Amino acid sequence: MLNPDLKLNTKLFDKDVEQVPIRRGFGEGLLAAGEKNKNVVGLCADLTESTQMHFFAEKFPQRFVEMGVAEQNMASVASGMAAMGKIPFISSYAMFSPGRNWEQIRTTICYNDRPVKIAGSHTGVSVGPDGGTHQALEDIALARVLPRMVVISPCDAIEARKATEASVATNTPVYIRLAREKTPLMTTDKTPFKIGQAQIFWKGNKPKVGIIATGALLHQALLSAKELREKKIEVDVLNLSTIKPLDRKSLAALANRVKGVVTVEEHQVMGGMGSAVAEFLAEYRPLPMRFIGVQDQFGQSGTPEELIAHYGMDAKAIVDAVKELI
Amino acid sequence: MELTDERIKELQSKANDIRVSIIESLIKAGSGHTAGPLDMADIFTVLFFHTLNHKPKKPDWPERDRLVLSNGHICPVLYSTMAHVGYFSLEELGTLRRLGSRLQGHPHRDFLPMLEMSSGPLGSGLSQAVGMALGDKMDHGLTGKRRIYALLSDGEMECGQTWEAAMLGGKEKLHNLCAIVDRNNIQIDGYTENVMPLESLSEKWRAWNWHVIEIDGHNIEEIADAFEAAKSIFGQPTVIIAHTIAGKGVKEFERDYRWHGKPPNKEEATMAIKELRTLGGKIKSEHE
Repeated sequence: MLNPDLKLNTKLFDKDVEQVPIRRGFGEGLLAAGEKNKNVVGLCADLTESTQMHFFAEKFPQRFVEMGVAEQNMASVASGMAAMGKIPFISSYAMFSPGRNWEQIRTTICYNDRPVKIAGSHTGVSVGPDGGTHQALEDIALARVLPRMVVISPCDAIEARKATEASVATNTPVYIRLAREKTPLMTTDKTPFKIGQAQIFWKGNKPKVGIIATGALLHQALLSAKELREKKIEVDVLNLSTIKPLDRKSLAALANRVKGVVTVEEHQVMGGMGSAVAEFLAEYRPLPMRFIGVQDQFGQSGTPEELIAHYGMDAKAIVDAVKELI
Repeated sequence: MELTDERIKELQSKANDIRVSIIESLIKAGSGHTAGPLDMADIFTVLFFHTLNHKPKKPDWPERDRLVLSNGHICPVLYSTMAHVGYFSLEELGTLRRLGSRLQGHPHRDFLPMLEMSSGPLGSGLSQAVGMALGDKMDHGLTGKRRIYALLSDGEMECGQTWEAAMLGGKEKLHNLCAIVDRNNIQIDGYTENVMPLESLSEKWRAWNWHVIEIDGHNIEEIADAFEAAKSIFGQPTVIIAHTIAGKGVKEFERDYRWHGKPPNKEEATMAIKELRTLGGKIKSEHE
C-alpha cells in the first residue's frame, strides 16, 4: 500500500490523476528560490520557456543572462559568476547540458568547486516525436561520474520544485534531471523532501522484491506494485530521487528485506541509477537484479506512451522483471 | 605607483628574476612548459607588481581584482610571480609538479586556494572571466572598483568556446573585463598560422565589439599603459593583443615551438640561467 507517512497524492492511481511536466516544477522552484535569495541567477541557452526558466527571467530580468546557443560558454560563465558569490542555475536540454558541455562542467564547475546548479530538461524517450537526438539517455551517467556533483532525478513536478529550492543551500554542483511531458503528480506539497533521502512510496507485506525507481517512471513502478498485489506478489517501491549521494542506509534496509531488486529508470542501463545501486549492493549484499531502462540503443520518434512500452519500461515490463526474480 | 624610468628598470629586473625562477622550478620538476612562461614574464610582472589591486598577504580580500589564467600550462610564470610578490616563499617553487605540492602541474584551487581559478583545458578561461565580470556588474553596475583580467594563449583562439565568450562579453558591454592574448605565434604542433590561421585577430575582436589594443608584450611601459588605457574604456571590454617572443630571454629557446611543452635539461638550464643573469638590467636597451 501507499506509504501513509509521506502524504502522497491519494488519486495517483486514478485515470484522471493530475499531470504536470516535471520541468514546470523546476521553473516554479527557481522563481521561489530567486525570491528568497538575491544571489540566485539564471542562465539559459536559447531555451528559456522550454526549460521553464521564463518565470524567473520575467521576474528578475537583471539576474537573468540569455547566453544564445552556447552551452559550453554557459557552464563556464556560471562558474565565474559563482566565484563572485552568485548561485547560478543553468538550463538547457540535457543532451546539450550536461551533454555537449560535459568537460566544461567537469573542469570549470566541479574541479573548480563552484556550486553551479545544472537543470537538464527533455530527458528520456518520453520527449517523444522530436526523436533520438533530443532524448537524453546518458545524462545520469555523465553527471554522477563527476566528483562533487549531486544528482537529483525528481519523480514529479512537485518534487522538482522542492529539489530546485533545496539545491540552493547545498554549496556543491547539482544536476537536476527534468522531463518534457506531463507526468502524474505522485507527491503533494506536504510530502517531505530532503536531498539524499530515498523514500519508500509503496510498502509491501513481507516483500519479496524491491523496486527502485527514479523520475517519472516511478508511476509505472507503483502501477506494477498494485498489479502485483492483485497477483499476491508483494513488493516495496523506493523512490530514489537523489542518485548521488546514494542513500546507502535506505538501500541497505531494503536489501535486508527482499530477495531481489528491480531498478527502473528512463536512461541507458549502463552507467545509470541501476548501476549506482548495483555498485552498492555488490559490496553490501549481492542480490539478483533486473534493470529496467534503455538497453544500449538510441531513441526514436513516437508518442511517449508508445516509446515507454517499445523500450520495455512500462508497468508490464516491471511486472515481468519482478516475476523473473521470484 | 608612478611608472618612472627607475621603476621601469626595477620591473625589468624583476621580470628577469622571475624568468630565472621559472627555469629553476622547471629543472627541478623535470617536466613542464618553457616557452609560454618565459614570454609572459614581463606581462605577469607588470600585472602583479604594478597594475593589480591586490594584497598578497590577504589573498581573499573581497575587493581585489581577479586574474584568470586560462592557459593553465604556463603556470610556472604564475607561481614564480606570486612567490616574488609575496604570496608564498621562493623555496616552495622547488616543489612544482611534485606529489602533494600546492604547485600542481596545472593550477588547482584545491591545493592552492589563493588561485582564482583551477585551469588547464584551453578555451574556458575567458568564459569564467566573463562570468566574474557579469557577477561584478550585476552588483555594482558601472561603479564597481574591481577589474577582471583574463590571460589567454593565441592557440586557444582556435577554441569555439573562446568565440562564444567573446561574443557574450561584447554583448554585455563588460567594461570591467580586460583580456590579454599572448600572441607568441606558437602552439604544440607548430606555428599557429600553419596549424590554424588566426589572423586577423584584431579584426575578429573588433567584430565582437571589443576595444582592441596591440602592444609589444616585452615593453614594460607599453604593457602598463595598455592596462591603464583599458580602465578608461566604457561600453566595451578590452583585449590587449600582446606580441611576444616565445621563450623570450633565452636566445636558444626563442621563437621555437619545440619549447612549448618541454623543460630544459640541466645543461640547457645552466646556459639559460647564465644568459638571464648576465643580461642584468639591459633587457630594455637590448630591445631598442
